[in-house]
Amino acid sequence: MSSLALLVVLAVLVAWVIAAYNGLISLKNQTLNAFKQIDVQLKRRHDLIPNLVNAVKGAMDFEKSTLEAVIQARNQAVRVNAAGPEGIKQISQAENALSGALQRLMVVVEQYPQLKATGNIGQLQEELTSTENKVAFARQLYNDTATQYNTKQQQFPTSLVAGLAKAQPAALWEIEDTADRAVPQVDLSMKPKT
Amino acid sequence: MTDDAALNLFQQQEANRRRTTLLVVGFVVFFAWLGFGGDFIYHLSTLHAPRTAYHHTFPWFGVGLTLLGVLLAWYAYTTGPEKVLWSTGAREVIDPTDPTERQLVNVVEEMAIAAGVPRPRIWIVDDPDPNAFATGTDPLHSHLAVTHGLLDLCNREELQAVVGHELGHVKNLDVRLMTTLAALVGAVALMHDGAARMLSGGGNLAEEGGSRAGGRKLGPLVVILLALWIISWLLAPLIAQLLALGVSRKREYLADAMSAQFTRNPLALASALQKIEGADTPATHIKRGAAHLCIADPLGRRLTAHEGLFADALATHPPMAKRITILRGMGYAQLKKEGGSVA
Repeated sequence: MSSLALLVVLAVLVAWVIAAYNGLISLKNQTLNAFKQIDVQLKRRHDLIPNLVNAVKGAMDFEKSTLEAVIQARNQAVRVNAAGPEGIKQISQAENALSGALQRLMVVVEQYPQLKATGNIGQLQEELTSTENKVAFARQLYNDTATQYNTKQQQFPTSLVAGLAKAQPAALWEIEDTADRAVPQVDLSMKPKT
Repeated sequence: MTDDAALNLFQQQEANRRRTTLLVVGFVVFFAWLGFGGDFIYHLSTLHAPRTAYHHTFPWFGVGLTLLGVLLAWYAYTTGPEKVLWSTGAREVIDPTDPTERQLVNVVEEMAIAAGVPRPRIWIVDDPDPNAFATGTDPLHSHLAVTHGLLDLCNREELQAVVGHELGHVKNLDVRLMTTLAALVGAVALMHDGAARMLSGGGNLAEEGGSRAGGRKLGPLVVILLALWIISWLLAPLIAQLLALGVSRKREYLADAMSAQFTRNPLALASALQKIEGADTPATHIKRGAAHLCIADPLGRRLTAHEGLFADALATHPPMAKRITILRGMGYAQLKKEGGSVA
């Protein structure tokens, strides 16, 4: 009888270990996938920008420098092709610069009501907003998933199988906060010039 | 319930998940009691019968009721989503040309990224009543429909919040959950009606039971259980329906909290709900069957307009005022965390 009870306890224990292990692996892969989603959205943004710039080139001849800044930032971002934590830092720096350039373009568009009046610009604004949102939401999903993954692997009793599942805390995108904060500062210094 | 307003969006999700689990467990236990409980009572009553008499050992009744439920659920699964869309006369947005539709597609794509689900197929219902619903039994084959009224009424952020709410339903597999519960409610109702007709028709069952009880003494426990079981069956359709509606309302709160997570802007959903609440034109295209999928009850808002026990128990959706209060609370919690002030 007692051996049967022992067997039951053992079976429950094994079932729990399997469930916890699989839960961690699933979260790990979700985190990896969410990270790749950021890449997908960044690539999408890179592909979109030349088209957008071409579409408004004629209407915005007098704002050439803003458009050129966007293109330059875009080309810079496309060139960055690094891996590892250092790579993430480089990527996020380049992408933040691109976000800054796009933001300035949007501000410029806002300043010309006659530009806004034509349908083209309305569409451009919509596409820019959507592109920026997509990148932001992809990052948000990554951070949410990574946080869930980190919490799970640190929480007792799942933490006991974290080593078995080779679970490492995933870095959040927030780590690049310092670089992120630098962008609005650049914005401010540009303000008097425009 | 009032302390809900102080929770942030993740605590909200947690709380609502817990409550749904409790309700669903309650539903399943009730369903099992209706089916297998009867078998158990029958088993007890035939336990000490003579060796030659019938012994109830296999739970036919419970298995039958479960099979009926599974059958109804399967039928609802295979025909449900398409039927709902077809009944609303929705048209699919495939290649958007006009800016509003373009924006809708963009917003849905954004929210699908935020939710981490594949982009659902997008439909527009030509109805002036602002509303939206999602359908489809899994995230891979989901549909999202909004009415023209909603597109006209809401700005981009509010539209985003409403779409986020619907994708929250998709991500939580709410369509599957509610379809299953509705099928089980249907099975209970069918059995209830069938049994009522049988009893009023011949009374054979009761007579048989009576003669058996006369020939052999039933223990007091069996009699009490039997009485409880019969009362349960008398009230079963009502109780099952109320439990299912309870789950539906919890899922609405949960979807609100999911939307807040996706947009990180609970105040946008609060203002969208306020606008929807204000536009009091009953929907003409969305029928009763799709009501529990919508962001707001399409069948007039008499029930969801008030708080109170009666309205609380009978509505598919929680009171608007309460939803808005909770969303504002989430917005407040967010601002407090970021060190801002409430404007």
